[in-house]
Amino acid sequence: MEKLLNIKNLQVTVADNEAEDASKEILKGIDLQVNKGEIHVVLGPNGSGKSTLMNAIMGHPKYEIAGGSLEFEGEDLTELKTFERARKGIFLSFQTPEEIPGITVENMIRTAKQAVTGENIKVVKFRRELKAAMKELQMDESYAQRYMNVGFSGGEKKRNEILQMLMLQPKLALLDETDSGLDVDAIQIVSNGVKKFHNEDNACLIITHNTRILKQLNVDKVHVLMQGKIVAEGGPELIEKIDKEGFGFLQGAE
Amino acid sequence: MAQEKTYIEDIERTLYDIKNVDKSKYKSQSGLTEDIIRDISARKNDPEWMLEFRLKSLEVYNQLSLPNWGPDLSELNMDEIVTYVQPDAKMTGSWDEVPEDIKDTFDRLGIPEAEQTSLAGVGAQYDSEVVYHSIQEDLVKQGVIYTDMETALHEHEEIVRDHFMKLVPPKDHKFAALHGAVWSGGSFVYVPEGVHVEIPLQSYFRLNAAGAGQFEHTLIIVEKNASLHFIEGCSAPKYNVTNLHAGCVELFVNDGARLRYSTIENWSRNMMNLNTKRAVVGKDGVIEWVSGSFGSHVSMLYPCSVLKGENAKCEFTGVTFASKGQNLDTGASVIHCAPHTSANISTRTISKAGGKATYRSAVKVTKNAPYAKCSVNCESLMLDDISRSDTLPTMDIEGDEADIGHEATIGRISDEAIFYLMSRGISEDEARSMIVRGFVEPIAKELPLEYAVEMNNLVNIELEGTMG
Repeated sequence: MEKLLNIKNLQVTVADNEAEDASKEILKGIDLQVNKGEIHVVLGPNGSGKSTLMNAIMGHPKYEIAGGSLEFEGEDLTELKTFERARKGIFLSFQTPEEIPGITVENMIRTAKQAVTGENIKVVKFRRELKAAMKELQMDESYAQRYMNVGFSGGEKKRNEILQMLMLQPKLALLDETDSGLDVDAIQIVSNGVKKFHNEDNACLIITHNTRILKQLNVDKVHVLMQGKIVAEGGPELIEKIDKEGFGFLQGAE
Repeated sequence: MAQEKTYIEDIERTLYDIKNVDKSKYKSQSGLTEDIIRDISARKNDPEWMLEFRLKSLEVYNQLSLPNWGPDLSELNMDEIVTYVQPDAKMTGSWDEVPEDIKDTFDRLGIPEAEQTSLAGVGAQYDSEVVYHSIQEDLVKQGVIYTDMETALHEHEEIVRDHFMKLVPPKDHKFAALHGAVWSGGSFVYVPEGVHVEIPLQSYFRLNAAGAGQFEHTLIIVEKNASLHFIEGCSAPKYNVTNLHAGCVELFVNDGARLRYSTIENWSRNMMNLNTKRAVVGKDGVIEWVSGSFGSHVSMLYPCSVLKGENAKCEFTGVTFASKGQNLDTGASVIHCAPHTSANISTRTISKAGGKATYRSAVKVTKNAPYAKCSVNCESLMLDDISRSDTLPTMDIEGDEADIGHEATIGRISDEAIFYLMSRGISEDEARSMIVRGFVEPIAKELPLEYAVEMNNLVNIELEGTMG
């Protein structure tokens, strides 16, 4: 199988706000490989470093790679800026999507699509596709003309993330708790969106607390992250075990 | 990641900075004396009452002191300002008769072109006098008057006399008094009852002479149930000496009438822009202000709406962009004087490169204005650490059951928003420019098209820096 994401012994630090010179190590050597066509899940208690992993892959300037390697399709990512990583085909669905006043959803996604494809996107065709994708996610068409996430409910913001994923068609979608704070119906819509997106040429790396969404997807691999290290790996059966027993049985697994 | 600097470009000024050789026919002496006022008045062939008005205003001017708040005006030395510069041109209704250099100036500013495509009437003032005026024939037939103030003063003397500086009396403040003494040029518009002027009228004010002042007076009367959109543009080339603009705008919006008054001010960085604008609105009437302040060294501009009739409304939309060497003190004020009057004020200010932008508003609800509604929303964006933005709102509420809301935010471009846009493949400089463009978007969409394009150009962004 073709390797998309290849992470080896990745160590990530974040600047500590309290002390200016100090930085805190959050990821303490992670190994993770994601192939085309796969769905991976990262589980772990709060503060274990899940979001840091996502942000490090996307290149958030606050996080520094202190060691190890981070490759996408065989290419070193660490020297690339966030927008360059996006243009390579990486997408991050944010846990807390930003509000961008004055920029409509349609304008934003079209600008983004032009940026990632490097092509001039024709308005009429784009609108048709956008409308279809919005219908899929049960979003009202009028949202296309609303300012990016401004006045959106939590669920609407998450749907808007999935909408961008469907429209931009990345090779690797990172979903950072896209299902958190959603009701049962919304989770259904989001997981349908992921199902619609996923195919044998792309991959998903999903962070979640909620195992319900995972029941709807064909998860290939589960990684459990605790205190900056992967402490357990396995197939979908691991989800059920954690669902029943919590993370307790993994304490001291390292 | 290393420190990077982002530059938001200044407004492209080349177009405005082309100066013509000063070929004025007559210039008053610099400074302000009774003799100078008498001289200007005589040259303008004022009626006797206007001369008296000017002289009285001069007295008031001499009694009043400079405002003890707002930007520092001590650089302004009235003894060095030439208050009257008569261009070597007679007012005409044909561009062919306008002297070549003056016509070229307005050509570059796109005025004759806009006249053909999107305006129903045009006035063009060069230094102290209006050199061109036109209005579509069908409007004239409907009784619409659009002319320069001098012509109005002679041909419609009674109307002018009844309204001139009644809304902004000379004793209002020192620069209103100055205006009363030395005013010259400007526009007069009269829209009769029930007439809707569907296409905008535009006056353009160009100050070419160095060290001069421009004191045009704009008087607009929109009668009952009539409507008008009036656009005003101003610019000047840059000089090393201080120029002064102390215009005065008086807008009378009668019962059921609607007036939209759009201004884009793009003065040069040696201009002191101390302008006074006021509207009085009758029952069910609407005043809409759209105000863009981009240029000038110092600006003090706070258009005021007096909501006099029941259910009168004010919509104010403003944008101010202060860059290096600029101190722009702008805002709006509303006086609710009747029941169920309402006002909606929305402004955006941007400061960069050490510029200072202050938003100042005053909302007053009198005892006679129960159920007044007023919402103020002002947002400021500072593009770097050396620029400043302030918001200074005041409210004075006496009326019962008032519904008053105020929201003010001062911020910087958030790193998280940049990261969000970059994660969608959008480059860092484009992300910044999108955020700034989005910030002014609610205002930009209210501007006349050609000015909206101009404003978008100002958020073209250049990124410079090194990785390390």
